[in-house]
Amino acid sequence: MFSCSFASNRLTSASSCAAFHLARRLVSTTTTSMSLRSPNANDFQELSKRIDKVLISHDAQTLLKYNADWTGHYQGRSKIVCQPQSTQEVASILKYCNKEKIGVVPQAGNTSVVGGSVPIQEEVILSLERLDGIVSFDDENGILTCGAGCVLQSLQEKVASYSHLMPIDLGAKGSCQIGGNVSTNAGGQYYYRFGSIHANIIGMEVVLPDGTILDLLSKIQKDNTGYDLKHLFIGAEGTLGVITKVAIKCPRLPTARNVAFLACESFDMVRKTLTCAKDELGEILAAFEFIDEQMLDQVGNRKKIPVKHGERNYPFCILLETQGSNDEHDMAKLESFVEKSITLGNVVDGTLAQDMKQVNDMWEIRESCNPIIREIGYNYKYDISLPLSDYYDIAEEMRERLVSKPEALVVNWGHVIDGNLHLNIITPGDFSADEQIIALIEPFIFESVVRRGGSISAEHGLGQSKNNYLGKYAKKDDIVKVMKLLKSIFDPNGIMNPGKFLPSTK
Amino acid sequence: MKILVGVKRVVDYAVKVRVGADGVNLKNVKMSLNPFCEIAVEEAVKLKENKAANVSEVVALSVGPKQCQETLRTALAMGCDRGIHISTDLRTDYMELQSDAVAKLFQKVIEEKEKDIHLVLVGKQAIDSDCGQVGPALAGYMSWPQCTFASKVDLDGDGLLVERETDSGTETIKVPKLPAVVTCDLRLNTPRYATLPNIMKAKKKKVDTYKAEEFGVDLEVKNKVLEVYEPPSRKEGILVDDVDTLIDKLRNEASVIQ
Repeated sequence: MFSCSFASNRLTSASSCAAFHLARRLVSTTTTSMSLRSPNANDFQELSKRIDKVLISHDAQTLLKYNADWTGHYQGRSKIVCQPQSTQEVASILKYCNKEKIGVVPQAGNTSVVGGSVPIQEEVILSLERLDGIVSFDDENGILTCGAGCVLQSLQEKVASYSHLMPIDLGAKGSCQIGGNVSTNAGGQYYYRFGSIHANIIGMEVVLPDGTILDLLSKIQKDNTGYDLKHLFIGAEGTLGVITKVAIKCPRLPTARNVAFLACESFDMVRKTLTCAKDELGEILAAFEFIDEQMLDQVGNRKKIPVKHGERNYPFCILLETQGSNDEHDMAKLESFVEKSITLGNVVDGTLAQDMKQVNDMWEIRESCNPIIREIGYNYKYDISLPLSDYYDIAEEMRERLVSKPEALVVNWGHVIDGNLHLNIITPGDFSADEQIIALIEPFIFESVVRRGGSISAEHGLGQSKNNYLGKYAKKDDIVKVMKLLKSIFDPNGIMNPGKFLPSTK
Repeated sequence: MKILVGVKRVVDYAVKVRVGADGVNLKNVKMSLNPFCEIAVEEAVKLKENKAANVSEVVALSVGPKQCQETLRTALAMGCDRGIHISTDLRTDYMELQSDAVAKLFQKVIEEKEKDIHLVLVGKQAIDSDCGQVGPALAGYMSWPQCTFASKVDLDGDGLLVERETDSGTETIKVPKLPAVVTCDLRLNTPRYATLPNIMKAKKKKVDTYKAEEFGVDLEVKNKVLEVYEPPSRKEGILVDDVDTLIDKLRNEASVIQ
């Protein structure tokens, strides 16, 4: 789905590694003042003894795929990438790095947009990519057990062959891996229908920083015996341990899947349409996304927008999906909802997908938003949660703030049904960050979100991009204190993803 | 000019079909307008929008179960004026109702119900049966000129200038006078989205239903389907580490080199 703009890798094999000397560096940790050290050639030898495949290179280009993130904003300087093929190997790596106090960055599909999946300095990268086996699929109960390195789209295809569906879907599905999705509590377009990952994970296998393997896998859904530890690791962004396997609950594949692409004149009308959709569509409503005119204009340069107002785009477009077991029933409900919306004046135009090609084309428009703006210019990315009454106000506020910078466009899209807005500011043609623009955006946007009772990171997480805002804009001091306490229990040496998630000490 | 467009209800192209004891399993499977028929509808509506073509009416025709009415509604929402549904419970995916019978039904509609058709637009083939026979068979029965796999259709005096795609290149054919049959290929046009106002208007457009038996056409199967099975699954490819291994495998496993 994403085109990789990185240089191709030439991976040097273990046998041809050159001896080199790295200056010892002090890396600030998240909890303790103990310093982590940078890995050296000897560490590489030691890791190679413990696991089958380790890459090493002192050439920045070679390991760029692992060191550079998708947004292009972050790049680490790791020289060592471990590619374990089993949980035991993951445990060996962590045990060694914990003893030697070397920082480790677990990496799945490397699709994080908050710099969570790449090293900050020279931490060892622990790639999950080879943990891509399917352990089992329980057809009757819909339970998939698989390695953390399985690409989401391949899992979707696999369970589809058994007439099931993965409970999450996101634009990055072609590259992201389930271990990463779980570690970041990924949201996506079906959050409304299936709930968060917390609701759908029934078990996992996780390796703690000291090498202990916790088998929290399960074949059953209801189990109230003890603290439910797996939930700590969901959304922990790899800072408490490495998830090596997941057991996930999969719903049955709907036989009926219908999509409508609707146009509204104002955001108020979008809200009214949403309420009407919940009433009229009821249990078949699966997804409800929106894209604003400014973003549609950008997409429109590359794809056909199904409904337009002559040459112009409508102020807001909605992409709505229904899922059910009876196509006739669903189509009847959808048509009645659409007719009602038009009669009430909430919706002024739109179209219903007539076949699966149109369904996919419409989703393509929504899913291409992120990749498209990345190609246009520098992206100032924000992912916020707001009550619907305030949802679009913040976008309009940003436009007012940036009036002195006409080259900065505020483009918006998101999972409006979850109150989740992807607010992006782009400078077409200009790929460098502008300090003045940043100063106009931050901290204003965070203060505005907090004032409205929202979240500064709805689903993207904290990574290294927002971790230092955790105490300031997200959680009170006493809460952060408990979080740091948890971290110190699981990872006393602070080797897991140092400098991320929790505020880094300055 | 009056245009007749054939629209077929088929398994949606994106569905992975499963084969059961009675052939392809059609239960609970997503059905849609055949993609090539959709292109035919688009072409008919485009001609109607072209004042020079002087199109008085576009009639959509579908043969099949009662759900064909939905397929006709899609065609009406795209811009057709009226629909005709020839109702039958025979399977239309080649298992029961086949191209010859369908072509004869079309002929009966033209001769008995819609007497002044100047142009018949159909898809080049249906994606379930892949026959591509209805257009040519109909032209034969009507003794009308036929242009198949059209990738471009232009008005030319009293007739048409049609470009058709073949494996060896593009052919341009002049049809001196209508009526004629044209079957539509992929590159002819990009079908429009049916917008909501039109979808709602389509509900009020007229659809006449006739029973297939009414026309006195022999609906019996002419080619008996003996067996339906899935193609053998393709073996996964393998990655080899070096050229020597590649040569070894090509020589000793695939046996494609000496």
